[in-house]
Amino acid sequence: MKKYIDDFKVIKNERLNYEYVILTLQHPGKLPAMMPGQFVEVRVDNGPNTFLRRPISIHDIDEANNTMKLLVQEIGEGTRLMGQLKEGDNCNLVYPLGNSFSLPEKPRVLLVGGGCGIAPLLFMGRHLKANGIEPQFLLGARTEEGLIALEAFRALGQVHTTTEDGSVGTKGYVIHHPVMRTHEPEIDMIYTCGPEAMMKVVAKYARNHNITCEVSLENHMACGFGACLCCVADTIDGHKCTCTDGPVFDSTYLKW
Amino acid sequence: MTASGTFGYGEEFMDFFDISCLGGVLVKGTTLEHREGNAYPRMAETPQGMLNAVGLQNKGVHYFADHIYPRIKDYDTHMLVNVSGSTIEDYIKTAEVVNELDKIPGIELNISCPNVKEGGMAFGTSCPSAVSVVEAVRKVYKKHLMVKLSPNVTNIAEIGAAVEGAGADSISLINTLLGMAVNAKTRKPVLSTVTGGLSGPAVKPVALRMVWQVSQVVKVPIVGMGGIMNATDAVEFMLAGASAIQVGTANFIDPCVTAKIVEGLEQYCQEHGFDRVSDLVGALEV
Repeated sequence: MKKYIDDFKVIKNERLNYEYVILTLQHPGKLPAMMPGQFVEVRVDNGPNTFLRRPISIHDIDEANNTMKLLVQEIGEGTRLMGQLKEGDNCNLVYPLGNSFSLPEKPRVLLVGGGCGIAPLLFMGRHLKANGIEPQFLLGARTEEGLIALEAFRALGQVHTTTEDGSVGTKGYVIHHPVMRTHEPEIDMIYTCGPEAMMKVVAKYARNHNITCEVSLENHMACGFGACLCCVADTIDGHKCTCTDGPVFDSTYLKW
Repeated sequence: MTASGTFGYGEEFMDFFDISCLGGVLVKGTTLEHREGNAYPRMAETPQGMLNAVGLQNKGVHYFADHIYPRIKDYDTHMLVNVSGSTIEDYIKTAEVVNELDKIPGIELNISCPNVKEGGMAFGTSCPSAVSVVEAVRKVYKKHLMVKLSPNVTNIAEIGAAVEGAGADSISLINTLLGMAVNAKTRKPVLSTVTGGLSGPAVKPVALRMVWQVSQVVKVPIVGMGGIMNATDAVEFMLAGASAIQVGTANFIDPCVTAKIVEGLEQYCQEHGFDRVSDLVGALEV
């Protein structure tokens, strides 16, 4: 898939809570084709400590309006600067990067997201729905406030939730939710993105129940397109770049 | 030129610009045998720079010759191979394989990689070992032999003069500066290898100083690098004595940066009354 470098225009910065914003970015012309699971590298120019671009998942695409949404969790100086972008600001992207989630062979799919890892699952949910598949989502967070963009997910399929403090949904981690406690799950495929510890237990559950599981890794990157070899994942074939061979891997391909 | 380890094999940048505008591409560091490189995490962002500890991940020179060379040999620029090793024998055998590749006009002998335990930088940090590896490779390698120096030395001019005497056709500098990043929250080192190589604008003053010092004692051309982000930086290196420059870390931030630097150099010359870019070399008024 051809890669581009372009200045997008920020047309909306929607603050969801103290740590999450959704940026809506307008492409200067016709937005090229992109696939769910892919990411962009965002240039952050404002400080000496934000030297490198920031890899951010594509949260959603609006092809008709040539816009892209990025869900940004403000966890460091770079993402905080992104959270301060205002309507009309430029945002330089290298995109679209990485591989994508694959379509399932069978229709019963569960998308499991934790924290900011829910970001690519909305785009994937929309893609599944467009292909005649009704997705189920299982979204986890520390507290109710961390469960974000629920309405957008509900528009695509059934949404299950967990919170660590039990403030909403099932108390605990995603793995504690009833859909993942049954011994005979009615699921053929799992897609997951979130903290590595969460993805590992989801992948283990999938393996134990013969469910295909694709995980989207969030390894730290410099370039995002296979030049620096900094973001490697340990796979059964040795080190593979998360940016070009991933970010989506079949969980059994990883040495987990 | 593009610096080794920051531009893949050139292919990764094809979507962004036409690499025929470049003087050359230094392909990823190549060793005799396949190397998996170091464990993740291999990178840390630091003020105006980054640390890396990739550790020369590559599939070995035979894989390069059989599978990668056929893909890249007809690119319309000089494709140079960065050669690394752990023993003198490794360097010789790797250089011999590359010597047979018609469309590779030269190698850059990497005696300065800080991220490989069993060698690399060790060769570039003393005059006798630098001389021994350059002399050995000179005997078997018939085309352009560029030698890349480590900045992790007390007297860079001495090493530069030594490798010139041993038969280097040109000298490139600097490789990365040995550094370290600590995560205060986890109380652990950021890199799996604890230490790594620092690059980016943070190292530019050190690199400029070293280019200047080496230029005072050698006659072979110098290829300057270290934190070059734009054409002005490139001009500074040429004024300090570099005949050519390499751009490394900046490729990660703006994949088109090298094309912009080529244009910017021409523009600088026009604006400042230089007929040729080469007139800038060593034109520093001290």
